[in-house]
Amino acid sequence: MDFSYTETQGMLRDTLARFLADTYDFETRKKMLLRPEGRDPGIWQALATELGILGAPFAEEHGGLGGGALENMIMMEELGKVIAVEPYLQTVVIGGGAMKRAPSAMADAVIPEIIAGNAVIAFAYAEPQGRYDLANLRTTAKADGSGYVLSGHKAVVYAAPWATHLLVTARTGGSQRERGGVELFLIDATLPGIVRRDYPCVDGFQASEIYFENVAIPGDAHIPGGIDLIELLVDEATVAVCGEACGVSRKLHEGTLDYIKQRKQFGQPIGKFQVLQHRMADMFVEMEQIASMALMGALKLESPAAERKAAVSLAKAKVSRSINFVGQNAIQTHGGIGITVELAIGHYFKRATMIENQFGSADFHLGRFEDLTLAA
Amino acid sequence: MHLDFSPEDLAFQQEVRAFIAENYPAELRGKQDEGDELSKEDFLSWHKVLAKKGWVAPAWPVEYGGTGWTATQRYIWSEETARADCIRLMPFGLSMVGPVIYTFGTPEQKAKFLPRILSGEDWWCQGYSEPGSGSDLASLRTKAVRDGDHYVVNGQKTWTTMAQHADWGFFLVRTDPDAKQQEGISFLLIDMKTPGIEVRPIITLGGEHEVNEVWLEDVRVPVDQRVYEENKGWTCAKFLLAHERTGIAGVAASKRGIEKVKTIARAEMDGDKPLIANAFFKRKIAELEMDLTALEFTELRSLAGESAGKGPGPESSLLKIKGSEIQQRLTELTLEAVGHYGAPYFRGFGEGDNEHPIGPDYAHRAAPSYFNTRKTTIYGGSNEIQRNIIAKMVLGL
Repeated sequence: MDFSYTETQGMLRDTLARFLADTYDFETRKKMLLRPEGRDPGIWQALATELGILGAPFAEEHGGLGGGALENMIMMEELGKVIAVEPYLQTVVIGGGAMKRAPSAMADAVIPEIIAGNAVIAFAYAEPQGRYDLANLRTTAKADGSGYVLSGHKAVVYAAPWATHLLVTARTGGSQRERGGVELFLIDATLPGIVRRDYPCVDGFQASEIYFENVAIPGDAHIPGGIDLIELLVDEATVAVCGEACGVSRKLHEGTLDYIKQRKQFGQPIGKFQVLQHRMADMFVEMEQIASMALMGALKLESPAAERKAAVSLAKAKVSRSINFVGQNAIQTHGGIGITVELAIGHYFKRATMIENQFGSADFHLGRFEDLTLAA
Repeated sequence: MHLDFSPEDLAFQQEVRAFIAENYPAELRGKQDEGDELSKEDFLSWHKVLAKKGWVAPAWPVEYGGTGWTATQRYIWSEETARADCIRLMPFGLSMVGPVIYTFGTPEQKAKFLPRILSGEDWWCQGYSEPGSGSDLASLRTKAVRDGDHYVVNGQKTWTTMAQHADWGFFLVRTDPDAKQQEGISFLLIDMKTPGIEVRPIITLGGEHEVNEVWLEDVRVPVDQRVYEENKGWTCAKFLLAHERTGIAGVAASKRGIEKVKTIARAEMDGDKPLIANAFFKRKIAELEMDLTALEFTELRSLAGESAGKGPGPESSLLKIKGSEIQQRLTELTLEAVGHYGAPYFRGFGEGDNEHPIGPDYAHRAAPSYFNTRKTTIYGGSNEIQRNIIAKMVLGL
């Protein structure tokens, strides 16, 4: 057992934190969101070329820095601290994760493009009827000659408006909720028959409803592995979001702490009141547990599937509960100003709230944990 | 960063497992299984086995009798002793006054007391709280007046755990009534057989005699039994409280406790299914396991110095808060799980009483444990005090 970060991991964190401190302050972020594309693509390019850190979790043979889940967690935590709307989760964690397990021809072609900042991948997995069940799919991929024909509707696909590639789950067979027949494909986002309806999300990201209208895709778009691989990728993504939650909750706590030290009522800073001191202590306790659970999840990702799934679900359930507590109390403690768009705190709260249910609510994950470990 | 055990760690784990299997006192195991109250000899039987092996104080520096284990080995030790349901050793000597003596004591004090703590020869108790000084410990009034090479001690202590068995006690006493509260306190080691000491039992909700009042009337204590400087006892007290709080998380024992609750919930029927199939009960187990995992990794981060708090100290308040809450939830779930058989009150089954007790064995201690465990959020600095500590020491409020 070892709980220390390597020097390289420390440098990765510092490099990214310094860059974001210079480029991603609250006012600048607000302006980014107002641009037509809803972000500043220069940031992503800078992460790729100027900082050279989009390769953090990739093998050196692909031009990466040789890291893995911990590097992703570090990146996500720092991005969370500025509520960055960059497609790191979708492109590097999920898309990159799929590419690491993809046939070598696809991996060799796509990973260097991710690292270079040229490829942006969006993960089209959710469907309107499916909630968090990854196998609940109506989207079909019907074999057609050497390729497939894709049909269906994918819901709330984060980063899709910016994407060069779509990572799509679809059925090659089986009934709507059957695990068998669920497959994964990486396709060009501009293929004929892909119809997008783009919109902003409440947390500042851009997303799309995607309709596949008989989209012809090549046979080599298929990534073997089925539902097991998809569950692994979503577990990795879930842990990454827990890492982001860690950064977001630190800022929620820090912002609230600063506020109660300077806000005066009844002739003194409100931080002098014990009721608020205890609330801040409770928020501190929850925030530290978010950090602990994000780390726990990251360290268990390499475990056998059943152990990994149970661990990730415990982590996400706790993170969802805790970030709900931290976020709601941050707003309450700010009082009226907390419910306006004026201060950053409300914007952190909005992202925190979306994190709660992303890849499954606390209830969903507790249920998954129970099914795996608490049989009669 | 990783969770793997090295081949050496795995070998150590096997060694520990085998040692416990071969050496854990059989009589003690039997009493635990029956849910009997444990005697002084019961507590000491396991202590003495470990003392003989040299494993009784893993956290101590090697020069004073510690094991020199790595952090991972200590983790394995606490996991394995909990897995095997070994009793927890009495902390008063090993975890409390022992570290104070080897940190602040004179060479003579170290030589005299440390070996006897390790061997189990001396049973220690803690003279901290007073009837008028609970959370506000520094307001304590038991006074010690210098008379030649002795102090004369007068006052009353309370909540003194296991004082009825104690050979020695460590006491906080006021040696300067005119100084600011924290600055007039000294740390004394007192032989409990000294004339003028009276120990009176306090019976708690589970029916146990665990805590006591200790009355001190003109108790003469040699000056060389004061640890550290006169009027600097608060330094020892704070040091000890921080030590006490980390042990208080009790992660390994709570893990074992959850396994026990699961066993009960698989044995108890709820309609035509085991209780564990009840969605509401199952959810409570899952939530407990979730919070315990969060506590475990917070403790591991804390040990590795990776948590937000600065050094060993304030952040241990976090471990105390969550650890004590989890211990309480465990006993609450156990009591809920045993249903009707939480109610019968078992006292006074004498030695050799073979009459089959009422209800399943696992139900016997359910209610007493629940009542007894209300103490965890109160002792060692109540959880409200822990929040004050976090607010002041970590958050700067």
